[in-house]
Amino acid sequence: MKDPGRTLWQALQEKGYSRREFLQFCAVTAASLGLKASAIGAVVEAFEKKPRPPVVWLHFQECTCCSESFIRASHPIVADALLDVISLDYMETLMAAAGHQAEKSLADTLKAYDGKYILLVEGSVPTGGDGVYCTIGGRTAIAILEEAAKGAAGVVAWGNCASYGCIQAAHPNPTGATPIDKLLRRTVVNVPGCPPIADVMMAVVSHILVFGRLPDLDGQGRPKEFYGRRVHDTCYRRPYYDAGMFVEAFDDERARKGCCLYRMGCRGPVTYNACSVSRWNGGVSYPIQSGHGCIGCSENGFWDKGPFYQHLSSFPGFGIESTADTVGLALGAGVAVGVAAHAVATNIRKRSLIAENRQESVVAREPSDDKKVQP
Amino acid sequence: MRQDLSFHNYKRVYVWELPVRFYHWLNVLCVLVLGITGWLIGRPPGLTSLPEAYQQQWFGTIRFVHFVTGYVFLFNFLFRLYWGFVGNRYARWNQFIPSTRRRVNEMVEVIKVDVLQTRIRGIIRIGHNMLAGVIYFVTFWVFLFQAVTGFALYSGMSDSWIGRMCAWVVPVFGGDAVVRQWHHAMLWFYVVFTLVHVYLVAYHDYVEGRGTASSMVGGWKFEREDLLGH
Ligand code: SF4
Repeated sequence: MKDPGRTLWQALQEKGYSRREFLQFCAVTAASLGLKASAIGAVVEAFEKKPRPPVVWLHFQECTCCSESFIRASHPIVADALLDVISLDYMETLMAAAGHQAEKSLADTLKAYDGKYILLVEGSVPTGGDGVYCTIGGRTAIAILEEAAKGAAGVVAWGNCASYGCIQAAHPNPTGATPIDKLLRRTVVNVPGCPPIADVMMAVVSHILVFGRLPDLDGQGRPKEFYGRRVHDTCYRRPYYDAGMFVEAFDDERARKGCCLYRMGCRGPVTYNACSVSRWNGGVSYPIQSGHGCIGCSENGFWDKGPFYQHLSSFPGFGIESTADTVGLALGAGVAVGVAAHAVATNIRKRSLIAENRQESVVAREPSDDKKVQP
Repeated sequence: MRQDLSFHNYKRVYVWELPVRFYHWLNVLCVLVLGITGWLIGRPPGLTSLPEAYQQQWFGTIRFVHFVTGYVFLFNFLFRLYWGFVGNRYARWNQFIPSTRRRVNEMVEVIKVDVLQTRIRGIIRIGHNMLAGVIYFVTFWVFLFQAVTGFALYSGMSDSWIGRMCAWVVPVFGGDAVVRQWHHAMLWFYVVFTLVHVYLVAYHDYVEGRGTASSMVGGWKFEREDLLGH
């Protein structure tokens, strides 16, 4: 086990980083947290003085794309330092230990740092069949999660799996995949995305480290700093959206011109994430920049909101291609036919009443043209 | 010709006060504008010309019109709720709720008259008939639903306090996409409602000849003298 008593600065020094590179890293961190330039000092101080908190990283039902994303943060020094910001005492993908050794390492950390460690969870937890669909070291995911969460200072749910259940929770959810915050009776920081952006993950961890508390969360438990705006709000194709210039086929003139992908099913307008701000792979690009609409991978239940290439999702129970409009149109047409039939029937069934009304009509006295009308 | 019995004297009744009529027509306008702009926002048409983006803003304008009309719609609706407490007896909130046995009977009676096209038996109130009242009550809930979901979606792009007040809806539905879906689907409620509403007004006017249709302009309806309550 690495010594969690050391600070990040100490760890970086041992790796041969200069003071200058350390300060660069602090500035990048402060920027991604949205701090003022004058607050960089606080970040430097935190990384210099505060001992790194021990971290336990659990994997359940997932594909490890969150971990893969996490180790690819944009700035090279960030990527390198990242794994030193936290002392990963237990992480199946990266730890050296295996088997009983690894299990012991987990148990030791939970005991030694009770109430101090940060729990990062990747993947959802299956609750169907008493949890047999995901077992590690002979224990179910539910049991491991509950034990690990008990003494955690904070819990972070990585990715759409841990936040919302992702694809394994899509209809019909055969394993009963459940997001973490539905299983724990405590605040969970949701960092959705499939995977989440590396820099966002790094910033969430740094936030906890620098300020010693969880970031501000929105109604769905997501850090407001990174999930406060929609992909659409800062999308560089937005002028085309406002101008009403939409790509209508992936090989048309508008696609070449880089028009808005709204009509191709882009989920940017309903997706809260930082993609269009921080972009991916060191700011190189993001899906929309590559010409494909956003599929809303950081939104709850996005797999069930298909098809991805049409703007309105299909309507539950009416087949894949039917949108609310198909159903509505049929309903409206049905009512129109009903109304027309009713109108015909009225003239037949009510004819005596209508005739009676006509008979009641009196002849109104009209002003005679012959005589002078008296005022 | 039948006996004298078939001749009736009619009296004028001032049913819809000016604020009620004003509300009604403003609401018609809002629903029309919201429906059309909403439809276009959900399914924007393709354009044939290919100008530069800075040369036009039509989609942005349509959205702007939708949002502004949304505000008008909401406040008009709130005003109608207020008028349900201070307006005349025909505008009162209790006209929309079938709270007594008699009201339920009247509702059944109107269903028979409207759907099975039987003859009217008994007295049907001159304001909203009980069936209409109940349908408007449902409609009010749909108005509220559309306003709340609409402003919840709006909260993602605005700091408006009304938007913020409705933002809690998004987590309840599970995300903007679901809210959007329902907000869009409810458009069809208005289509169906409008079809049935306009038809039934025409139907009642046609078979009864008591000025049902014109009452929303002038406020007057006509009632047989022998049926007028005292
Ligand atoms: S491409 Fe998508 S996110 Fe970008 S402006 Fe169009 S709809 Fe919005």
